Amino acid sequence: MERRLFTYIWRHSFGEQLAVLGVILASLPFYFLALNLPKLIVNGPIQGGGFEDGAARTYFQLALPDWLGGAIVLDGVDLDRMSALFALSFSFLALVCINGLFKYRINVMKGRMGERLLRRLRYELVDRVLRFYPARLKRSKPAEIASMVKDEVEPLGGFVGEAFATPAYLGGQALTAVTFIVLQNPLLGAIAVGIVSIQAFVIPYLRKPILALGRQRQLTARELSGRVGEIVDAAADIQANDTSNWERADITRRLGKIYDIRFEIYRRKFFVKFLNNFLAQVTPFFFYAVGGYFAIRGELSIGQLVAVIAAYKDLPGPIKELLDWYLEKQDAQIKYEQVVEQFRADRLIEPTAHAPGEPPPLKGEIEVREATVADDTGARLLDAVSFVVPTGRHVAFAGPPGGGKEAAAALIARQMAARSGTVTLGGQPLEALPQSITGRRIAYVGQDSYLFGLSLRDNLLYGLRNEPRKPRACDGRALSLAEARAAEDARAGNAPYDAEAEWLHYPALGIDGPDGLDAALMRLIALAGLEADVFRFGLQGGFDPDEAPAVAERLLAARRLFKEREMSSDHDVVEPFDEALYNDQATIGQNLLFGVAIGQTFAPQNLAQNRLVSQLLDDTGLDKPLFTLGRGIAETMVEIFRGLPAEHPFFAQYSFIAAADLPLYETLLARLEAGQKPTPDQRVKLLSLAFAYSEARHRLGLLDDSMRSMLLAARHLFHERLPQHERAKIAFYDADAYNEAASVEDNILFGRVVYGAPNAQARIEAILMEVIAELGLKDDIARIGLGFACGAAGKRLTPSQRQRVALARALVKDPDLLVVNGALAVLDAATQSEIMKRVLAARTGRGVVWTLAPGQDGALFDTVVTFEGGRLAAGA
Amino acid sequence: MSIVEDVEALRRIPYFATMDSAKLKLLAFTSTRVQLAQGGVLCREGEPGDAAYIVLEGEADIVVSAEDGRDVVVAHVPRNTFIGEMAVLRNAPRTATVVASSGLVALKVSKDAFFQLLRDQPAFAMELMRELAERLDDTTVQLRDARARLAALGA
Repeated sequence: MERRLFTYIWRHSFGEQLAVLGVILASLPFYFLALNLPKLIVNGPIQGGGFEDGAARTYFQLALPDWLGGAIVLDGVDLDRMSALFALSFSFLALVCINGLFKYRINVMKGRMGERLLRRLRYELVDRVLRFYPARLKRSKPAEIASMVKDEVEPLGGFVGEAFATPAYLGGQALTAVTFIVLQNPLLGAIAVGIVSIQAFVIPYLRKPILALGRQRQLTARELSGRVGEIVDAAADIQANDTSNWERADITRRLGKIYDIRFEIYRRKFFVKFLNNFLAQVTPFFFYAVGGYFAIRGELSIGQLVAVIAAYKDLPGPIKELLDWYLEKQDAQIKYEQVVEQFRADRLIEPTAHAPGEPPPLKGEIEVREATVADDTGARLLDAVSFVVPTGRHVAFAGPPGGGKEAAAALIARQMAARSGTVTLGGQPLEALPQSITGRRIAYVGQDSYLFGLSLRDNLLYGLRNEPRKPRACDGRALSLAEARAAEDARAGNAPYDAEAEWLHYPALGIDGPDGLDAALMRLIALAGLEADVFRFGLQGGFDPDEAPAVAERLLAARRLFKEREMSSDHDVVEPFDEALYNDQATIGQNLLFGVAIGQTFAPQNLAQNRLVSQLLDDTGLDKPLFTLGRGIAETMVEIFRGLPAEHPFFAQYSFIAAADLPLYETLLARLEAGQKPTPDQRVKLLSLAFAYSEARHRLGLLDDSMRSMLLAARHLFHERLPQHERAKIAFYDADAYNEAASVEDNILFGRVVYGAPNAQARIEAILMEVIAELGLKDDIARIGLGFACGAAGKRLTPSQRQRVALARALVKDPDLLVVNGALAVLDAATQSEIMKRVLAARTGRGVVWTLAPGQDGALFDTVVTFEGGRLAAGA
Repeated sequence: MSIVEDVEALRRIPYFATMDSAKLKLLAFTSTRVQLAQGGVLCREGEPGDAAYIVLEGEADIVVSAEDGRDVVVAHVPRNTFIGEMAVLRNAPRTATVVASSGLVALKVSKDAFFQLLRDQPAFAMELMRELAERLDDTTVQLRDARARLAALGA
């Protein structure tokens, strides 16, 4: 990228810059006229200059200058004094409009130019990140890079529009104004020029330290965002190490430093501002004194003086803005340099390596000759090793951990580069092959593959989104909109690819469209041993019944069958939801709502404070008994948990009340004991306890049948009363409707597991599986499971699930060569071997390179290459 | 059935006779009440030992499967007895199946709660140790008798 900001701006926007300059140039004569008119108005019609004899004067005459012959182009019109006043005044108005429109036009052009260039710059920065060799990025913190792309270059966008236009526009204006003043009176002109010069020289000098401080501010702020990013990433480790105070101290120190810098900037900035204002306001003093003196002596007309003062009023604006521009320029240059510096790399991946195009199948063999591979510290992982890997065979890399097998696998998949020696594929250097070959025909799975914050399905399909395969289907207006968008993208130098197009390469999965996609994925998922997990996700997941009504219908059938089976077994394991019955396994709050809260309004922890609910309790007379019930819970909790140490696990597992809150409730109870009234806050606290109470689970004997029927009545009243706009906030239990806020499993169970029913979980599981198998729901549930959101960096998955998903993702690509490099390391040895066996069987005749874990058998492979101490031990 | 009744039932068990009522309530509160009809299985041989049980009402048989696959009743558990604590202590699968020989009510004390009880209540731990020692002694006596009988047979 260009080192200097101005070069960069000029190169990418000179056409537009010239257009703006043209418009500016065209605007200047009108600006001059607007300055000149007040003089004509005051001296002419108002003071009667030229009208002394009552005669008319000629206005709007346009003559060529004397040096061009002085020929009259426009004859003009003769006007009397009053008409002249209005004609001139309206001309002034017209000029105001024209100047305003010019300004508007110029600003729009500048804004567009700036936004385009900002877009280009951001794109180029991200493009560079995509072209860095992964090793280069190890030096940077992700949050810092993100803050540079997002925040630090933002002001540059604003500056781009100003880069050439502002000095031209404001400089032109200032020059026009100064010329005008000098023409009226050379002395006043000299004063104006003098003071402007002071501003132009002294103030930039004072501003210099501010710029240096600005640079520091930028660096410290960037470091801060890097640290904040780290704190977020390391949240669990910080808690695990009890180092939160250390982090607090570090952030405090950084914020203190930023505060010092920022405050210093403000101090200096306001001093400069003060000086600027002072100089601007001291000039009129000269004009009044000196100009007045000349006016009284008759050497300067009043009109001229008024015009000079008016012109000067316009002058500080442009001058000040020019100064600001100058500083902004310095600032922008610094920012640009600093950002560009961070994105510099000795070696970038050539853009041609990323060019789209379907690669030919791999042919021949990968030949490694005398290759030496070293890690960051320079330690040799492979030492002048030569071996050959046929691309269509099953090859195992064996040997002790760290003996070289890992580096060898990474080397042939181009995940690491050789320091010396060569790696060729089919006779061509691997390094020079386009990524379409190494990224599509070879699939590499290392130990920590990154998963995106997408659904499981999209994570699995990630490797099939290499290039747009089919343009997006649209026509008419949508098409022309898309074309206009693409043209604008190209103007800003952005990527020529449409994110809305069809990117998925279905043939890799053996299908030609979205039909059968999930089934194909499930086959590969089974290979990676993830089937049961995905099925679990499906049971615990949810979906929108409006989008798949047929699935909802099938799950409702499952609900009915489950109930039938459950009823016919000797013990109740689920107490079903019934609008007309109180469910003892559920809490009081759940019984009242009889549905699942969507959002916060009716969430369990907010129920006691909800206005509608408290109104309901008042009207049904439930508030007193529920309060008493809450008090009963609090009394028991205080009694039985009082003696336990605060860190006792029972608090987390069983108590209604957190250890830290126990004293609070003790005081509360003592207060009630003493006959005092509870505060509203205390009421809410005790009611909240009551809402969380379930007789079957907590067995405090606090709920009797009369309370149950009161709660049932309240449930019905609540449902009647609930206003229309609140209805969407609860998904009510309805035996004949799928509940979109509950999981698939809860929808099938449609009730609560009975506490104390022996082996309830196992029996429920057995009936559930039976029902699912009988109704053929496995595919539906797996499909919902594939929609599971993996969370940022796949953190909602366990490490073992993440590794298996990464393997499945590689299988989805249907590569010619699959390189599995310790990719299942967190799994136990037996499971690893099972998965390996399945994958090898599924890839008969296709290439596989697998690094064997210690103790794993290489018998299933065509060849075993053993590495030890960075060298070959046997085989090959 | 509320924990108040459980506490009364627990109080009848010698282990807990002298235990503070708040502690007993805590035990009852952190346990699950399990009800079984006659023939119901409380826990099964080979399952992980994730909980101990206190039989509050009814009786149970302890059954092991013999080599020929038949079930053999090896012991009889009356009410007010602690069972299943061996598997929890050893952190091993259950060595026998417990079947209700009448209608049965038991408190299921989870592994965590059981260890907590041992830690919080040294008196209970002592009682349990005494009980285990007695069982060991019984087993030793039985073993001696069996050996003697075996020797007599061999002679």
